[in-house]
Amino acid sequence: MSRIKAVMSQLKSDGKSALIPYITGGDPVPGLTVELMHELVNAGADIIELGIPFSDPMADGPVIQLACERALEHNVSLDDILSMVSGFRETNTSTPVVLMGYLNPIVKMGYGLFASKAAGAGVDGVLVVDLPPEEGHQLLVEMRNNNLDSVYLIAPTTTDDRIKAICDASSGYVYYVSVKGVTGSASLDVASVAAKLAVIRNKSDIPVGVGFGIKDAESAAAVAKVADGVIVGSVLVNTIASNIDNHAAIKAKMYNIVSSMRQAMDA
Amino acid sequence: MPTKYTDDMLQQIPDATGHFGEFGGRFVSETLMPSLLQLEEQYNTLKHDPEFQEEFYRDLADYVGRPSPLYFAERLTDKVGGAKIYLKREDLNHTGAHKVNNTIGQALLAKHLGKPRIIAETGAGQHGVATATVAARLGLECTVFMGAEDVQRQAQNVYRMKLLGATVVPVESGTRTLKDAMNEAMRDWVTNVDNTFYIIGTVAGPHPYPMLVRDFQTVIGKEAKQQCLDKEGRLPDALVACVGGGSNAIGLFYPFIGDDSVKMYGVEAAGHGLESGEHAAPLCAGEPGVLHGNRTYLMSDNNGQISATHSVSAGLDYPGVGPEHSWLKDEGRAEYVAITDDEALDAFRTLTRVEGIIPALESSHAIAYGMKLAKQMDKDQIIIVNLSGRGDKDMHTIAEIDGITV
Repeated sequence: MSRIKAVMSQLKSDGKSALIPYITGGDPVPGLTVELMHELVNAGADIIELGIPFSDPMADGPVIQLACERALEHNVSLDDILSMVSGFRETNTSTPVVLMGYLNPIVKMGYGLFASKAAGAGVDGVLVVDLPPEEGHQLLVEMRNNNLDSVYLIAPTTTDDRIKAICDASSGYVYYVSVKGVTGSASLDVASVAAKLAVIRNKSDIPVGVGFGIKDAESAAAVAKVADGVIVGSVLVNTIASNIDNHAAIKAKMYNIVSSMRQAMDA
Repeated sequence: MPTKYTDDMLQQIPDATGHFGEFGGRFVSETLMPSLLQLEEQYNTLKHDPEFQEEFYRDLADYVGRPSPLYFAERLTDKVGGAKIYLKREDLNHTGAHKVNNTIGQALLAKHLGKPRIIAETGAGQHGVATATVAARLGLECTVFMGAEDVQRQAQNVYRMKLLGATVVPVESGTRTLKDAMNEAMRDWVTNVDNTFYIIGTVAGPHPYPMLVRDFQTVIGKEAKQQCLDKEGRLPDALVACVGGGSNAIGLFYPFIGDDSVKMYGVEAAGHGLESGEHAAPLCAGEPGVLHGNRTYLMSDNNGQISATHSVSAGLDYPGVGPEHSWLKDEGRAEYVAITDDEALDAFRTLTRVEGIIPALESSHAIAYGMKLAKQMDKDQIIIVNLSGRGDKDMHTIAEIDGITV
C-alpha cells in the first residue's frame, strides 16, 4: 500500500480529514524548504504538497506566481526539488510528499527518468496542473511502473461523465478545485463543495482533497466536515512573502496557521 | 507521384483529439476542459453549417474588405533581380492586418455560444485591436491583456483599443511580453469561464484553437491560390510568411500543402542572431515542450523554464509556435528560417522606398527572406510573400531607432 493510501485510510478510520499544506520548493531560498516541511509536519500536516517552480504558472494567482519567481531567482530546478525531498526523507519516512507543478520541466527531464528519480527520492505522488487525463497516459504508465500515485484535478465545471474517468486515472486522492479561478483568488462555498463531493463519491471511492479558497481555521474546519482532505496553499505562501528575510518568523507563522487549522478540523 | 497530403489525410490533421502528429493536444487545467470540449463540439457543427459560413464570408467581404489583392511588386522584383515577387496584401484589411479574419470568425462563435464577454491576449496590439473592433461591432464587453513592455512599445495600438471601448490590462508578471499576456488571459478565462469567450489570436493554445484559427485564416491561401492562377496561369513556386505563433503563415500555407511543387518558408525572428540566444525562433533553435495548452517547439532552458525572447517586432516575440508548424517542420513539408532585427529593418526600408508600402515589422521578416530567396531563383519563377500587416503601428519604434522623436 502506498504511503498516501495508508495515511488516508488511517485518518478515515479515526474519523479525521487530512491536512495537506502546499509550499513552493525553493521559496524563499532553497536551503529553507526541508526545514519548512518538517515544521508543517510538526504543526499537524498529514501530507505535504511541494510545488515545482515554473516560469509560467498559468493556473496560479499572484501569490504563487511570486513564490515561483523567488525560487527561480535561485535557479531551483526539478532535480533540486527532488533533492529537497531526499533531504526531508533523511528524518521523515512516514509523511507522504506530493509534487505539484506544470508539465514542461517534466517533459524536459523525460517521463521515465522523472518517475524513477522521484520514486528514488521518496516522492509519493505527482499532480501536474496542465495535464488532464486525456494527455496523461504516457506519464501515468511511468508513474505506475514506479509505484507513484497520480493526483488529478476535478473542477466545479467538470461534467459527470468526466468525473468517473478522472477518478479512475487517479490514485491516492483526487484534488477538487473548489472555485472557478486561480489559486488564492476567492473564498469557497461549502454547500456547493458538498454537493459536488456527493456527485464524486457516487462514482468513486477514492478520497477527495479540497483546495482553493481555504484561508483560515474556520474554513478548514468547514471543509474538513465534508472532504477527506483539506489543501491549503496561498495563505502559507503569503507568510513567506511578508517575511522574506526572517526565516524564524516564517516558520513560526506557518506553524501557527497550520496548527490552528489542525485543532479546528479535529475539534 | 501523387501527393502524400491528400484531402483525406489532411482531414485527420489534427486528429479527433487535436493532435498534429505528436504536437498539439489539450494541456490545460481541468477547469477549462469542459469549455474546450463544448467549443470543439459547437465548432464542428458550425464548420459545416452553410449559414455560419455565409455569415463569416459576408463579413469578410463587406466589413474586412476581402478579397485582399495579390500585388505584383515589380520594382522590388527588378531590384532583387530574381523570381517574380507577389505580395498578398493583408495589410489592406480593415484594422490593418490578417488578425481580423480570425477575430470575425471567433466573435461569431462567441455569439453562437451566447457569451457576452470576450477576452484576448495581444503582442504588437494588432490582435487586440482586431478583437476590440469586432467586440465594438457586436456590442460585446472586451478586455485585452498585453505585456507591460508591449504596452510601452505599441502605445498607439493601446489607444486604439481604448477608443474602441476595450479595457487594456498591462501584464507586469514574468517577461512582460506576449507569453505573459497569454498566461494572464488564461487566468481570467479560468475565473470567468461561464460568461467569457477567449479569442486566441494565433494558431497556438489548446485544441480546438489551433484548428479553428487556421480554418478562419485559410481564406488568405485560398484567395492567393486563385489569384495566382488567374494572373499567372499556374501555382507559385514558393510561399513566404513570418511566424510568431504562425497564424498568417498557416493561413497562406494550408491550401497549398497538397501541392507538392509549392515550397513553403516560415520566417522566425532571429533577433540579435540565433547564436546570441536573444531571438524568438523556437522552430530554428528550440525543442519540443508543452506551453499554453499544446505540445510544440519551444524555447526553454535545461530545466524546462520558458526562456525570455527577443525580437524588434512585438508580434513575433513569443517562445512557442503553433503546433501545426511543428508538424510541418518535422514532416519536412515546410522549411523554417530566421531573419535578424537588422535584416528585417533593412527590408522595411526597402519596401517602403521601392514600392511605397510600409510593412509591419513582423511582415518585414517575410519580406527580407522573400528577397533573399528570390535572388537565388530564376526570373520565370514566382514567390508569394504574405504582407501580413501594415507598419503604421511601428512608426514609434522605427523613429526611435533613427533617433527621432515623433
